[in-house]
Amino acid sequence: MTALLEVRDFSVAFGASQPVKGVSFTANPGEMLAIVGESGSGKSLTALGLIGLLPRHAKTGGEIRFEGRNLLAQSERDWRRIRGRDIGMIFQEPMTSLNPVLTVGEQIIEVLRIHERLDRKQARQRAVDLLELVNIPEARKRVDDYPHQLSGGMRQRVMIAIGVACNPKLLIADEATTALDVTIQAQILQLLDNLRRDLNMAVILITHDLGIVAQWADRVMVMYAGRKVEEGLPEPVFTDPYHPYTRGLLGASPRAESGHHYRDGPLIEIPGSIVSATGEKGCAFRPRCPSAQASCGFAVPALRQIAEDRLAACPFTPTRFVSQIHDASLRS
Amino acid sequence: MIVSRRLFQRLRRTAIQAVPTVVGIVILNFFLLQFAPGDAADVMAAEAGSATVETMADLRSRFGLDLPVIHQLLNYLSNLAHFSLGYSPRYGMPVAELIGQRLPGTLILMGAALLFALTIGVILGSLMAQFSGRLPDRVLSVGSLLFYSVPGFWIGLMLILLFSVKLGWLPSGGDSTIGSSLTGFAALADRARYIVLPALSLSLYYLAIYARLTRAAMLEVKSQDYVRTARAKGVSPLRLVLRHILRNALIPITTLAGMHIGGMLGGAVVVETVFSWPGLGRLAFEAVMARDFSVLLGILLLSSFVVIIVNATVDLLQAWLDPRIGESR
Ligand SMILES: Nc1ncnc2c1ncn2[C@@H]1O[C@H](COP(=O)(O)OP(=O)(O)O)[C@@H](O)[C@H]1O
Ligand code: SF4
Ligand SMILES: [Mg+2]
Repeated sequence: MTALLEVRDFSVAFGASQPVKGVSFTANPGEMLAIVGESGSGKSLTALGLIGLLPRHAKTGGEIRFEGRNLLAQSERDWRRIRGRDIGMIFQEPMTSLNPVLTVGEQIIEVLRIHERLDRKQARQRAVDLLELVNIPEARKRVDDYPHQLSGGMRQRVMIAIGVACNPKLLIADEATTALDVTIQAQILQLLDNLRRDLNMAVILITHDLGIVAQWADRVMVMYAGRKVEEGLPEPVFTDPYHPYTRGLLGASPRAESGHHYRDGPLIEIPGSIVSATGEKGCAFRPRCPSAQASCGFAVPALRQIAEDRLAACPFTPTRFVSQIHDASLRS
Repeated sequence: MIVSRRLFQRLRRTAIQAVPTVVGIVILNFFLLQFAPGDAADVMAAEAGSATVETMADLRSRFGLDLPVIHQLLNYLSNLAHFSLGYSPRYGMPVAELIGQRLPGTLILMGAALLFALTIGVILGSLMAQFSGRLPDRVLSVGSLLFYSVPGFWIGLMLILLFSVKLGWLPSGGDSTIGSSLTGFAALADRARYIVLPALSLSLYYLAIYARLTRAAMLEVKSQDYVRTARAKGVSPLRLVLRHILRNALIPITTLAGMHIGGMLGGAVVVETVFSWPGLGRLAFEAVMARDFSVLLGILLLSSFVVIIVNATVDLLQAWLDPRIGESR
């Protein structure tokens, strides 16, 4: 299968600091890829890079191939044709992500009329259809509502309607459910899952909460301090986290049942903070890693293939993996 | 539908609040003016050069100036209740008629100044926001600071010096060429030439304010999440500025612009005097000098009406611009 999106060694720098340090990943048509990592890992910068909305002073490196074409090499004009049409995006804050002075209908119609030849009436009908598609009750009435008349969950549905309005091939959801209540969160994820199947749309689900990923993602990629540190299918990553950071994240992941919410306070399972990664010569996780060795400070550990569909950037293998690697090396 | 109901509710509330406000303003102004030394009779006597005690007393009783203050106030209020603004002893005509002659001049002057200040101010402010931190922004910032800090009359005098005295392009005073028999478009063009300098000197201060305000508001709006959403939809830069950024930035700008209209009336007094523009401001000035309090009270009353109407208009404009306003409450 040819990948829809192929990111190679993508990096973002602001002057001397480099918050994204060369990440590579692919997304296939219709696939849901989760990018997980705590705040400050560079997830949002990666996402903004995919849609060409990084701050003007950001320096990018590497390649973003979308349907074979390198997006980083194209003009701003070309970007505008891709945004909203081929790649849609949903942001974290449903309360502030919609323009307060325009009705939700006007905001959906806007994206439709930028990219498609539609007259006013057709566009309005499409807007109503889209509101129905994202399960907003009484869509015909709601289309004339202003954002402040809707709840957070409803607004996020409107954002999704805008994101999928032109049948994009890729939808990026950056912490799209983070600000919502746990039950609404599940509904929105279910909706995204249905939509990507119905519209055959790849979804990049970005979150700092590993807990919500397991059920929905086809593949999980874990980021720490601007690098990919682990990647694999959700099941194996969850049951057998390889990288110590992933293990820490799993411990820190709030469970729906416990009712823990990101606003409830900091998660304490991983000691220290991501700030300690700045200027680290070796493994960026070393200052916080319970399994750190002296040799971890020498060089950045390379991503290694641990098993089929499994990558990790830590040379120190938990014992239970040894047999697998042994098997893998025997097979190859 | 919903919009019009929202607007109507706002309007009704404003109207209910307006009545006590106006009565309060009248009473307060009445007593304030009583503190000024001298009265109309004194001034008229002084101007006449000679006056006996009897003629002074006669003047005072004719205009009711010899009555106790409370009595005078009640007289004035009763006149008002009958929609009369009283009689001007100095000009020898009803105050309402006097004001009616001068009001259009001031409204035209203020309207021109406000329109100019708003359009150019918003355009310059948008440019400043667009180029924030770079050369065009710096230059315009310094310019706006200059006009913000220099008083209007000085700007007026400098404009006269440059455009009337040095260059001879524009007239330095009045509102039309005296004795000219121009009609139609030519007459209009003639008047337009006369309004340029006074309107400009009245507006530059406000222009500076609006430019700075627009810049700040647009920079603030620019960093909002919904602007990023719009960009993620593929919106073009021009559309982004007009529909998403400016539209939201206009909300605080209208509030402030409305608050300035009262101040502009004050500024008009000075500018009308400098440019001998026949308007209310100059009439107010003359009325103060002549202690012609009924004229002054009439002007103050009218000004408070203007401010109230403007505030109501701004309220409506805001409710129209910002759908979040006026729903609850
Ligand atoms: N405009 C910027 N200028 C400089 N540094 C930035 C900028 N935006 C983000 N960063 C830095 O990049 C890092 C990663 O940010 P981000 O991609 O938002 O992380 P995440 O989305 O994973 O929480 C942060 O530590 C932040 O300080
Ligand atoms: S390389 Fe060393 S420090 Fe880094 S995660 Fe592995 S064990 Fe920990
Ligand atoms: Mg983020």
